[in-house]
Amino acid sequence: MSLKARIIPCLDVKDGRVVKGVSFVDLIDAGDPVEAAIAYDAAGADELCFLDITASSDNRDIIFDVVSQTAEHCFMPLTVGGGVRHLKDIRKLLNAGADKVAINTTAVKNPDFVASAADKFGNQCIVISIDAKRVSLPDEPGKWEIFTHGGRQPTGIDAVEFARLVVEKGAGEIMLTSMDQDGQKTGYDLALTRSIADAVRVPVIASGGVGTLEHLVEGIRDGHANAVLAASIFHFGTYTIGEAKRYMNDNGIAMRLD
Amino acid sequence: MKTAIIDYGSGNLHSAAKAFERALRDSDIKGRIIVTDKAEIVSECDYVVLPGVGAFADCRAGLENVDGMIETLHDVVINKARPFLGICVGTQLMATRGLEKSITPGFDWISGDVTEIKPDDSSLKVPQIGWNTINVINDHQLLNGIKTGPDGQHAYFVHSYHLVANDRSNVIAECDYGGAVTAIVGRDNMIGTQFHPEKSQKMGLALIANFLNWKP
Repeated sequence: MSLKARIIPCLDVKDGRVVKGVSFVDLIDAGDPVEAAIAYDAAGADELCFLDITASSDNRDIIFDVVSQTAEHCFMPLTVGGGVRHLKDIRKLLNAGADKVAINTTAVKNPDFVASAADKFGNQCIVISIDAKRVSLPDEPGKWEIFTHGGRQPTGIDAVEFARLVVEKGAGEIMLTSMDQDGQKTGYDLALTRSIADAVRVPVIASGGVGTLEHLVEGIRDGHANAVLAASIFHFGTYTIGEAKRYMNDNGIAMRLD
Repeated sequence: MKTAIIDYGSGNLHSAAKAFERALRDSDIKGRIIVTDKAEIVSECDYVVLPGVGAFADCRAGLENVDGMIETLHDVVINKARPFLGICVGTQLMATRGLEKSITPGFDWISGDVTEIKPDDSSLKVPQIGWNTINVINDHQLLNGIKTGPDGQHAYFVHSYHLVANDRSNVIAECDYGGAVTAIVGRDNMIGTQFHPEKSQKMGLALIANFLNWKP
């Protein structure tokens, strides 16, 4: 197998600024997403992800500028998510320089939107972002439910069923976040990740809960994910991208080291 | 030296243009990168790049909607033999036919069909998304200075379909994804990559610089 597993640092961007900042290198402006992107590009990240969490509609267009400036400096794949509601939002993000667009709430509300988006732009650029919370008891077989609005709103939709549905509609990749594990630094929800990765034919990006390099290995090896997404362990310099890739490679996960 | 990047409403031209401008600067070539949807401008350019993101039929339809573009492409690439680079679906369009969703004619520059990749290992996901190494089948100037083979540099792929050429001499490189998957095709003055050189960091910029220095 010569396709490598991917490490994807994810930057939360609000009103054009990185939330909480990035402090792993001597950035002049820790809140500048473009500067952070350039640093991650130089560090050998396999892809980069921007999640736009801008609340006010007045500032929502700022992300297009951020993406466009990033694409001027970084010749690496870029996924952008947050607030994608219409086909024209996808078109604008792709034109600005995004390679893939992550869709969350809109896909939950209207799974047919996934089909229209995949028909128009190709399934390879449609990433469905799924936020799931465990709803079964610890001694029961795993069952997870989709939550929207940053994990605040339950939907009653089963996460595995939903993943199958959006792939059938044309999703090219699943970005899967465990709302239970997010921010806990105790590792991915491996049972959830594996349940979804084994249920769909498209690649799965594991997200939520990374605290150590071993967690990244587990996400691929035990969670059957194809890529691992992490934020704080990289943003705050706990580990470098290079250290993470070497550790994974030394532990049996083939990585791109050039 | 003028390089045209053809704009036919198919994504991501901004990144492609920026990568080409960077490669131009890095290799000290005097020239300009022109993103254009005008056939007459393409016909004045020395190098022609056809990017493409999305589905084969949509891309073909997008090109047909640009006045005179397909005829001009044929003229500059076949009659005038100017260096041509296809990227992703831009490469797939060089084939005889695309079989994605429906049967759609391509330019028939490289005899063969664009078919879905079918890894022989069911754990391998489709689309192939990520970084893979490439194996050279027929050596090419565009790969000068790029380390290939299993321990070589990586290229970024994101695709479910690939061009299966009828003539093995048109295959420049393949990658391994549960079997051989086409990575680069070409003949004479035309070449096309299934992966995205504009997204493949150093390896991609090196390939783009080689293209801009190419005198087939």
